[in-house]
Amino acid sequence: MFDQIFNLGPYSSFIWPAYGVSALALAGATVWTLAAWRGAKRRLAALEDQQAQKDKP
Amino acid sequence: MQFLFRYANPAMFMRLSGAVLPYVAAAAVLTLAAGLYMGFNVPPDYQQGMTVLIMFIHVPAASVAMSAYGAIAVCSFLSLVWRHPLSDTAARAAAPLGAMFTALGLITGALWGKPMWGTYWVWDARLTSFLLLLFLYLGYMALWNAIEDETRAARATAVLALVGAVNIPIIKFSVDWWNTLHQGESIMTGDLAPVFLWPLLTMMAGYMLLFITLWLIRIRTAIVERRARNLMQRA
Amino acid sequence: MSAFSALLVRDLKLATRGGGGAALALGFFALVATLVPLGIGADLALLAKVAGGVLWVGAVLAALLSLDGLFQGDYDDGSLELIALAPLSLELASLAKIAAHWLSTGLPLTLLSPLLALLFNLSPGATAVLFVSLLLGTPAVSAIGAIGASLTLSLRRGGLILPLIILPLLSPAVIFGAGAVAAKLDGFAPSGALGLLGAFSLAAVLLSPFAAAASVRLNLSG
Repeated sequence: MFDQIFNLGPYSSFIWPAYGVSALALAGATVWTLAAWRGAKRRLAALEDQQAQKDKP
Repeated sequence: MQFLFRYANPAMFMRLSGAVLPYVAAAAVLTLAAGLYMGFNVPPDYQQGMTVLIMFIHVPAASVAMSAYGAIAVCSFLSLVWRHPLSDTAARAAAPLGAMFTALGLITGALWGKPMWGTYWVWDARLTSFLLLLFLYLGYMALWNAIEDETRAARATAVLALVGAVNIPIIKFSVDWWNTLHQGESIMTGDLAPVFLWPLLTMMAGYMLLFITLWLIRIRTAIVERRARNLMQRA
Repeated sequence: MSAFSALLVRDLKLATRGGGGAALALGFFALVATLVPLGIGADLALLAKVAGGVLWVGAVLAALLSLDGLFQGDYDDGSLELIALAPLSLELASLAKIAAHWLSTGLPLTLLSPLLALLFNLSPGATAVLFVSLLLGTPAVSAIGAIGASLTLSLRRGGLILPLIILPLLSPAVIFGAGAVAAKLDGFAPSGALGLLGAFSLAAVLLSPFAAAASVRLNLSG
């Protein structure tokens, strides 16, 4: 199968960039989405801690 | 309708999406892996070499791009007509993803077009209305960002999304009327040989699952951010 | 005088007073018609071929110039609230505003187009088609433009977003309008394209007031 991947024929100069851009875009979107999620969770946790501190008697 | 409103409660959504997410994500990864494996094991075409490989990532991107806009339109309708509270959050979250898939569709389409039909771009029905779809996404996102009041922004963008949705078939028809060069609906007419069809359908499923995964995470992120904002205002 | 015509006449007066929308739009249109040949060269055969498209795009952009003020002026001084509360429905009021905008912008642009077509060496037959296509299509520009104007009400930099929002929606008009001219040049009957353009315009004019009114309402209530 790896033979297939690295021997894509005459049009490989189109196939590689297409897959490259797609991989980059999809991976980038995933990373960005996850990073935003983690950041939001962190901020909420920090704020909830603050709130908890304030509510302490 | 009651069914939908039961899940309109953010806490309920967080619970449900949290439970479902790992499975959707796993399904996405597995499906994409399977699709790629099948795709790369397809026999080369005597004329087009392995360019069919590009079709396996172009058509899924394009179909997700259009489905995402459809999802935004549905959410916009729910938001405007039934004031479904989570809908506008969902719509807004979907837009950047949809725009990305549209851009990806355009780029892979150009890279597919050059070896297949000799040109990177042609002003036919599909490509042109697809390019306009990208502009619709950009306008939608720009409007969200421009209006400061969240409620107003939600309603305005909902109106815009619905107007755009009504226009998309008209745009498609008008460009279609004017010019056609793009490949016909091979999936529908069954012209695509099974050896190519299965990898394509798998990739389409994989792309859709990936979109849903990312979309759910983005909606969850928006809910968490809103909670944080509320806390900050109370502080 | 019915409330509808009163609003129409008032908006018309506002638009044309003080060298308003019409003059600016006409000037812009003429400038575009001048700049494009400077950009693409004086080959008259080429210019005739592109005339339909260039003049159509120029007309659409020129009509866009005055669109962001369609509701803005009334919004800023509070008259829009009064209009919304008046017996005349907001949908009809929007239609009156659309009509006023067309009369003060789209129609003058259409009337100027044959003169500009001369600059492009367009044949008389094709010029007639261009004229008719603009006549049929510019109402759609005003109508769909009104939706954009109502959505971008009260935005500080709404003027920049408005074209981004409505130009994609106007593409069928450009396609059919310029397409009619191209058909004529190629020796085909332009009636198909013109028919489709007319249908698009009619639909736009009939449906846009509802979208525009809805947007105005949400901007007033927010």
